[in-house]
Amino acid sequence: MGILDFLKRKPEPTATVAKERLRIIVAQERSTRGAPDYLPLLRNELLEVIKKYVHVDIEAININVERDSGHEVLELSVALPDGKPATSSAG
Amino acid sequence: MTEIIVVTSGKGGVGKTTTSASLATGLAMAGKKVAVIDFDVGLRNLDLIMGCERRVVYDFVNVIHGEATLKQSLIKDKRHENLYVLAASQTRDKDALTQEGVEKVLDELGKEGFDYVVCDSPAGIEKGAHLAMYFADHAVVVVNPEVSSVRDSDRILGLLSSKTRRAERGDGAIAQHLLLTRYNPARVAIGEMLSVKDVEEILGINVVGVIPESENVLAASNAGVPVILDEQSNAGHAYRDTVARILGEERPLRFVDVAKKGFFQRVFGG
Repeated sequence: MGILDFLKRKPEPTATVAKERLRIIVAQERSTRGAPDYLPLLRNELLEVIKKYVHVDIEAININVERDSGHEVLELSVALPDGKPATSSAG
Repeated sequence: MTEIIVVTSGKGGVGKTTTSASLATGLAMAGKKVAVIDFDVGLRNLDLIMGCERRVVYDFVNVIHGEATLKQSLIKDKRHENLYVLAASQTRDKDALTQEGVEKVLDELGKEGFDYVVCDSPAGIEKGAHLAMYFADHAVVVVNPEVSSVRDSDRILGLLSSKTRRAERGDGAIAQHLLLTRYNPARVAIGEMLSVKDVEEILGINVVGVIPESENVLAASNAGVPVILDEQSNAGHAYRDTVARILGEERPLRFVDVAKKGFFQRVFGG
């Protein structure tokens, strides 16, 4: 225990880290709960197709199944990177 | 009407069987006629925690297959005459439990005048866990203040609201009770462990009880006496409070704060 230890910023308590991680993962898992099993696969394949034209990260693709009085809506959104035109890697 | 309570968690080793044994015993102490059923086919353990392992002759699967009657298979508790244990089978056959079979046994327990049937679920989300929760009216979701247990219990809460008979029939939601076990207030106080409030916030459901981490729990399972019967232990008292709350009584949470040392303890240590 050094004499200057008390001057250092205390690390974040691990319980706080745990809570934040759980908050995010639980919210994410709840949003896909009850959704068809093929969604993650669909997301990956869409990513492959989109990558042919634009460089995007898998995080940029959002797929949601919304249930609305009797019918289901598949909602897909892709956040394109700004200022970058389609790459030449297409094809 | 017979109330069916499932004790479940998703993750293993969080205290489902300990809770089932204490909950069933607590309900019996309140004068209810209670049966507690071990759904963990192949890995029977409730009998050990209840201290009746040497008296198992017939089991749950025997009743379902018609190899024994329900009366022959129910093991009467040594301490409470209105408490019975139905042991799991040690068969390795995964399909030993069927939905129709489980329903038949539960219906028969209803006809025998049982007030409560406690279903001790196996870990996981496979068939045994599914059947343990399917017919339930109440669920006690056991969770530890630890990331994997909290995540798994959220998954189980989701299944309880969709994959049960009540949910399928639209009979009104199954009553969900969150039970936080292995809680260590001292570690919570120094930021090493998720607090009651943290877990409640993450899961969006209030706790029905908090069982403090206690060496008496191991001592109780060593002896085959449900810890709720241990009057010396905080865990036992916390289980008594929990059972009272499930029966509709209001009781404040105990053992969730660090015990303050008394004057003599501070002066003389200890």
